[in-house]
Amino acid sequence: MDFRDAPEEASFRSELRSWLEENLPDGWRELSPSRTRWNADVSREWSKKLYEAGYVGLTWPKEYGGRAAPYTHQAVFLEEMVRAEAPEHIGVIGLGMAGPTIISHGTDEQKNRHLANILSGDEVWCQGFSEPGSGSDLASLRTKAVRDNDHFVVNGQKVWSSFAHIADWCILLVRTDPDAKKHQGITYLLVDMHSDGVDVRPLNQMSGEPEFNEIFFSDVRVPIENVLGEVNAGWGVAMTTLLHERGTLGFALTSRLEVAMNKVVTLARETGAERDPLIRDRIARHWVELQGLKFTNYRALTTLVKTGVPGPEGSIAKLFWSESNQRLTKLALEIMGPRAQLDGDEGIWDGYWQYQQLRSRGNTIEAGTSEVLRNIIAERVLGLPRSR
Amino acid sequence: MDFAFSEEQEMLRSQARSFVTDRFGAERVAQLAETEAGWDESSWDAMTELGWMGLSIPEEQGGAGFGFLEEAVLFEELGYGLYPGPYFSTVALARRALDGAPEQLKRLASGGSRLTLAWIEGGRAKLLPETGMSTQAQESGDGWTLTGEKHLVPDASAATDVVVVAAGPEGLGLWVARCEDAKIEMDPTMDRTRRLGRIIFDGTPAEQVAGAGDVRSTLERVQMTAYAALALEAVGAGQAAFELAADHVKTREQFGKPIGAYQAVSHQVVDSYIGIELARSLAYWAAWCVAEGDERAPMAAAAAKSFAGEAAVASCERAIQVHGGIGFTYEHPLHRYYKRAQWIDSFDGFGSVQRASVATALLGS
Ligand SMILES: Cc1cc2nc3c(=O)[nH]c(=O)nc-3n(C[C@H](O)[C@H](O)[C@H](O)COP(=O)(O)OP(=O)(O)OC[C@H]3O[C@@H](n4cnc5c(N)ncnc54)[C@H](O)[C@@H]3O)c2cc1C
Repeated sequence: MDFRDAPEEASFRSELRSWLEENLPDGWRELSPSRTRWNADVSREWSKKLYEAGYVGLTWPKEYGGRAAPYTHQAVFLEEMVRAEAPEHIGVIGLGMAGPTIISHGTDEQKNRHLANILSGDEVWCQGFSEPGSGSDLASLRTKAVRDNDHFVVNGQKVWSSFAHIADWCILLVRTDPDAKKHQGITYLLVDMHSDGVDVRPLNQMSGEPEFNEIFFSDVRVPIENVLGEVNAGWGVAMTTLLHERGTLGFALTSRLEVAMNKVVTLARETGAERDPLIRDRIARHWVELQGLKFTNYRALTTLVKTGVPGPEGSIAKLFWSESNQRLTKLALEIMGPRAQLDGDEGIWDGYWQYQQLRSRGNTIEAGTSEVLRNIIAERVLGLPRSR
Repeated sequence: MDFAFSEEQEMLRSQARSFVTDRFGAERVAQLAETEAGWDESSWDAMTELGWMGLSIPEEQGGAGFGFLEEAVLFEELGYGLYPGPYFSTVALARRALDGAPEQLKRLASGGSRLTLAWIEGGRAKLLPETGMSTQAQESGDGWTLTGEKHLVPDASAATDVVVVAAGPEGLGLWVARCEDAKIEMDPTMDRTRRLGRIIFDGTPAEQVAGAGDVRSTLERVQMTAYAALALEAVGAGQAAFELAADHVKTREQFGKPIGAYQAVSHQVVDSYIGIELARSLAYWAAWCVAEGDERAPMAAAAAKSFAGEAAVASCERAIQVHGGIGFTYEHPLHRYYKRAQWIDSFDGFGSVQRASVATALLGS
């Protein structure tokens, strides 16, 4: 056991730290918190810079633009990004879900075609899994694809698809065998969002921002070489995606929570709430929880490094993060008192916390609801009987 | 970065696990809890033979020369087994005040002493005292004597020696005395596997182990070691209660199904799992910081103790709930884990007291 950096981790850290120091976007540090919120243009440019410096896809294979570095470097990377409060890469879904799934299941052509572009931010991806009738019960999905020589022809509707309005590609689950059992007739497609017949309609979230979308597919032709894995074996491939969505991504989310935690401390100082013993107790409680989450991720990572499979503790990451983030953002509003009602330019920190608090309510729904995640831990990690 | 114990430490863990399951299993602990002594003295010799008493004591004093990480493994496992005996009071409390007393360490490593720490007295309960004490140390001949009364001393009747926080002519200090030279009265304690008592000193001969100059730093070391050790014990006890719950809900059937199929039941078990895993991560972090003398050790230990104590209590409460009536009986072992978890939570103030020190580190005072 050693919580310190090994020498090569330390040198990676210091190299990265000075790189960040020199390369953060001009004036980034001086921006008010709400102005540092996600912005496609800033994020695109930043992604390119990170990629060119070799900091994206640290653990990905070298032949596809990665560094084949140990997972601990990814942990160092996330910590340093937090420390610098750097902008985020544009390709959240590509990096966290599409990419790792293509690495696991893709053909050489698919890997060559997509992986480096995901890292550089040239290809932005979205995820077309959920449908109006199929959310938690994802395997009941009905968007259908029918074979026509060397193409599949896709018809149907997806919903809640984050970033589809800026996406170039989509990981799409379709039903290719309506007669098979529900998990066995599903195929996993890589779909060009610029194809004819793809219609994206933004949906406003409760904050008023359109971050997710409906996607309508009418006779969209997808070449057969864009099947990921085997035809009708898409469910297994989708499991890889979900594992990364809740595990790998959960890891990155914890580092975002750390940024938020630091901001709450700053807010408490600025407002004088730091002297209120009740607020102090809650800030301390959050800080303690956050350390617990972070080191739990690290323990899962150590198991991954030693055995090739992440430890079962990893299943906690997304679930606990989402609930913790909801409590933390609400604490930020409480710190503001009645002025918490003021949004936008009138609000403390230009409405930064108002947005964060509302957005956090989605955290326990997206990427598997908390109820579904508790079922998964109960059944797969603890071996309790199935609830359905 | 490496967040796992070494192979040797894992071997020590399995040795400790068989000690608490084969020799001091739940039934034996239940019997001992009802005895006058509350523990089995022969266990001390067995533990000494396994080399556990001197784990962190230097080889020159007959120890093994390891550090707190090895002891951490034992604390977790002894917590899992609710081992009744003065290991915590000896190793986590008193031993940390004895680095400057090689003869004491020698005796301890050889199994010749069992210790505890006496710091609480009327009106003063904090491990880090702010002002004087009414227990007095006076010079007498070439030694010292102690006079006064200490309360809530852990495992007072199981100890042979006691380290005492007292006021000397130059200010606060630490002295070690023989229990047989003092009067010991045990108090009814909720956790019958770790009882509290009073020690009354009346001109009791004593040896000084820390003076006004180093009493504060010594007690700070005692405090952070105790916090880390208790966090580990809490992880062990909370884990045991969680396992009882998980096993029970897999087999107990109502309405034609195992009750673990109902989410109102299974999700409680999941929340215990999450709480204990987070507590474990904090406890290991604290243990490593204490072992390495990392500058974050006091904060890490306070964080771990506050979280793990509460997580263990919650794990026991959920376990009791999902057991139904049987979990509420004295027959069932759960109440003993519950009482231990609360003992831990209450140590040196409940979790909010440790969080206050975390807040000070984060926000200033
Ligand atoms: C911000 C946001 C972003 C999203 N981004 C994407 C995206 O990019 N791509 C994509 O495909 N999807 C996305 N989603 C969709 C998300 O995956 C679904 O909303 C989610 O899986 C839940 O499905 P549902 O909305 O149909 O709710 P339902 O499945 O209808 O669930 C409603 C309620 O019932 C509970 N429930 C359902 N089944 C069970 C059960 N078996 N046991 C206990 N409780 C149950 C749920 O927990 C929930 O509380 C996003 C959602 C949000 C909020």
